[in-house]
Amino acid sequence: MSENLRIKKGLDIKLVGAAEHTTSKAVTSNVYAITLNDFYGLTPKLMVKEGEEVKAGEPIFYNKDVKEMVFVSPVSGELIEVVRGARRKILTIKILADKEQQQISHNPLDLDHASDEEVRAFLLKTGCWPFIKQRPYDLIANPGTTPKAIFISAYVTAPLAADMDYVLQGKEKELQAAIKALGKMTPGLIHVSIGKNSDSPFSKIEDIALHKVSGPHPAGLVGTQINKIDPINKGELVWTLSPQDLVIIGECILSGKFNPERTVALVGSSVRKPQYYTAKIGAEISTFLYASGVNEDNFRLINGDVLTGSKVKPDGYLGFYNTTVTAIPEGDDYEFFGWNKPVFNKISSTRALTFSWLQPNKKYKLDTNTNGEHRAFVVTGQYEKVFPLDIYPLQLLKACMVQDLDEMEQLGLYEVIPEDFSLTEFVCISKQPHQKIIRDGLDLLHKEIG
Amino acid sequence: MRDKRLTFKKRLHILKHHYRGKKMAPAFNAFHTFLFTPNDTTHSGGHVRAADDLKRTMNTVIMALIPILVFSFFNTGYQHYAAIDAASGVPRTLDLMGNFFTWENFWLGFTLVIPLVIVSYGVGLLVEFIFAVIKGHEVEEGYLVTGMLVPLIVPVDTPLWMLAVAVVFGVVIGKEVFGGTGMNILNPALTIRAFLFFAYPTWMSGDKVWVHGAVDRAGTADAISGETILGYLAQNNASEYSYSTSDMFFGFIPGSVGETSAFLCLLGGIFLIYSKIASWRIMVSAVIGALVMGLIFNGVVDAGIIGETSKFYGLMSFDFWKHLIVGGLAFGIVYMATDPVTGSQTNRGKWIYGFLIGFISVMIRVFNPAYPEGVFLAILLMNVFAPTIDHYVIRGNVKRRMKRLNNASVFTGPGEGKEEELKVETA
Repeated sequence: MSENLRIKKGLDIKLVGAAEHTTSKAVTSNVYAITLNDFYGLTPKLMVKEGEEVKAGEPIFYNKDVKEMVFVSPVSGELIEVVRGARRKILTIKILADKEQQQISHNPLDLDHASDEEVRAFLLKTGCWPFIKQRPYDLIANPGTTPKAIFISAYVTAPLAADMDYVLQGKEKELQAAIKALGKMTPGLIHVSIGKNSDSPFSKIEDIALHKVSGPHPAGLVGTQINKIDPINKGELVWTLSPQDLVIIGECILSGKFNPERTVALVGSSVRKPQYYTAKIGAEISTFLYASGVNEDNFRLINGDVLTGSKVKPDGYLGFYNTTVTAIPEGDDYEFFGWNKPVFNKISSTRALTFSWLQPNKKYKLDTNTNGEHRAFVVTGQYEKVFPLDIYPLQLLKACMVQDLDEMEQLGLYEVIPEDFSLTEFVCISKQPHQKIIRDGLDLLHKEIG
Repeated sequence: MRDKRLTFKKRLHILKHHYRGKKMAPAFNAFHTFLFTPNDTTHSGGHVRAADDLKRTMNTVIMALIPILVFSFFNTGYQHYAAIDAASGVPRTLDLMGNFFTWENFWLGFTLVIPLVIVSYGVGLLVEFIFAVIKGHEVEEGYLVTGMLVPLIVPVDTPLWMLAVAVVFGVVIGKEVFGGTGMNILNPALTIRAFLFFAYPTWMSGDKVWVHGAVDRAGTADAISGETILGYLAQNNASEYSYSTSDMFFGFIPGSVGETSAFLCLLGGIFLIYSKIASWRIMVSAVIGALVMGLIFNGVVDAGIIGETSKFYGLMSFDFWKHLIVGGLAFGIVYMATDPVTGSQTNRGKWIYGFLIGFISVMIRVFNPAYPEGVFLAILLMNVFAPTIDHYVIRGNVKRRMKRLNNASVFTGPGEGKEEELKVETA
């Protein structure tokens, strides 16, 4: 089954520093860390104390609300530190890796005979479950629920994000195993989106509804695809996964071992030699960042792409869901008459003395400056040009800001997560924090109605 | 030179930290951000932002207004001298280089219009600054455009104190009481215009105010005419004016300071549409609305329902398309109706909103007994209805979503579909 999906509205943000198609192995990290900020809304309960030894694949904490959902260690070693923040909230769990790695091994899953419950139990105990995200609310899926469909996007339009066709090469076996397992947990379809002209390994995978997508960003965001293919109604549940996580799940099913290794794109104009590295989840970013070299001292390192990633220090760790690490210059400098002089070196969705429309294929070196101050919403019609979902973006944002639950529901908040508003946030003339507004709206809706 | 600027930048940076958290911070920041785009970096959500900000957006509109301002200098002078010539019995014929673009015209217009601009900006920004300091919010850029629009939509001889009072009223009641830029219901520039119209009607309407000097000279031997084309039409005196269609289109006619040239409004409109700042939907639909209403009136006259003796005959029989090139309609459509804050906010709503502005403008123009112009009243009226239009447009989207929900057999998991399980089960 294959369908074409063409998205017209949107904006491709073309940046300097795309990764070359070469992959190196990152230097083995000394310390690995699980960053709890990666798991939104999770309350962790530690199962290992500071100073104790863990093996790779051994649970180190579980979800307080769903006890069987465990999070496992990416490596074997000693749990050296639990970093806590305000009100003793756990921020990071650090593990000093052993020289000799010891791995916990489960029995491989017999896919032909496994039942729904057996698949769930296997994914939970091996630590693969947290890769499954759910909508609405953008949380880790609850193993007690059944989604109406599962969506996977292997079409990448986010700026500088890892090229899925490249990193998934030769992973057909793992992908097929993961898809087969996922298929047992939903009565609906598993929708997979690939680029229109791509030679993605997914074109050979069975038991999926394949969609060939074309168009500018946000066509590659799974939220856009859900809205066009099978939108979420109130009360419905959809699961989403990232293709690289399918590989980890698939490998675990086939071998019984949790091997959280990924091919990560190190990109951005601050990186001297942008390319791919294989690294484990939780590895120190510095282990491969400085192998490529940086162009300047004053740069910002981002776990993820420039629109949705989270800021991380150079001595930080690779995030649980990230396939891209971006480094761009900080923009903490003033610009003389920056608001009225012609602009040639920045991207703009208008033509107000901004000339990015003259060279649609030019690649830009953007920094983190906001290019203006925060203002009330003034301009209208601007978001709609880059927002292909059948939702009124400005009105939904305002509903979230005034905390009107009825309006939030009716205008379609169930269908979106913050990343769907990353592009409207980018073009916003009033520099409003769209993703935060949506996140707060989702939290409120979850608390009041969830 | 370069070093000097760096120290200036640094000095301002130090001052910014000095003012941080203090009462005067918004006032200082307004000047600082005027000189330098701030050094703010992204700290939530996406890490990069597009180049445009509100200052740039507003600046683009001002750029579109500059040709109109310059043209108004010449036209103000020209209309004054032309009226004197006409009163002395030797009517002028327009000679573009010979008697229009002359230093004499420019200087007279300049000395009359610039004080209006200065008062408008001075008083308006002062009120904005005071409110920003009292309420502790940043000085927002909305008034940059309003301040330029106001002098262009008043008669040239409007006393400056009157303008100052109106500006204070417009900014305080029209905007600040609602929370400032982005929160207002009525277009502030038109609120100012409406205040002037209702508070000082003798200065805002009639057959004297539209040409400089006509009011002062009224009743003396040197009396000159200050009547607009619409004024002649309203009195069924269409034969008394001698303006050609091209005069009307290019704007060599009496009227408010900056509204006369439909040609420059057209250029400004094209520039604003091309730069993607203003909504082409509103402009196009407003033009259509005005044409439709004009056609209806022409049809009524053609059908013989309104006779030549009717007091509406002059305006109703006026060619429907000429409504677009006389009076303030073109200016209103391009610069006033497209105000994003007070206009419709949905794309479909913009079509309805614009159409009704054009339609009602021409209707008021014809039927208003006191004052043959209705653009600003029509836009203010539609400002009030814009949220209602949006409401119904958005209900359409909500209904579509509800329909989808009702058609979908909501899957609730293995527990079978009972009513209470319609809720999403989450942790």
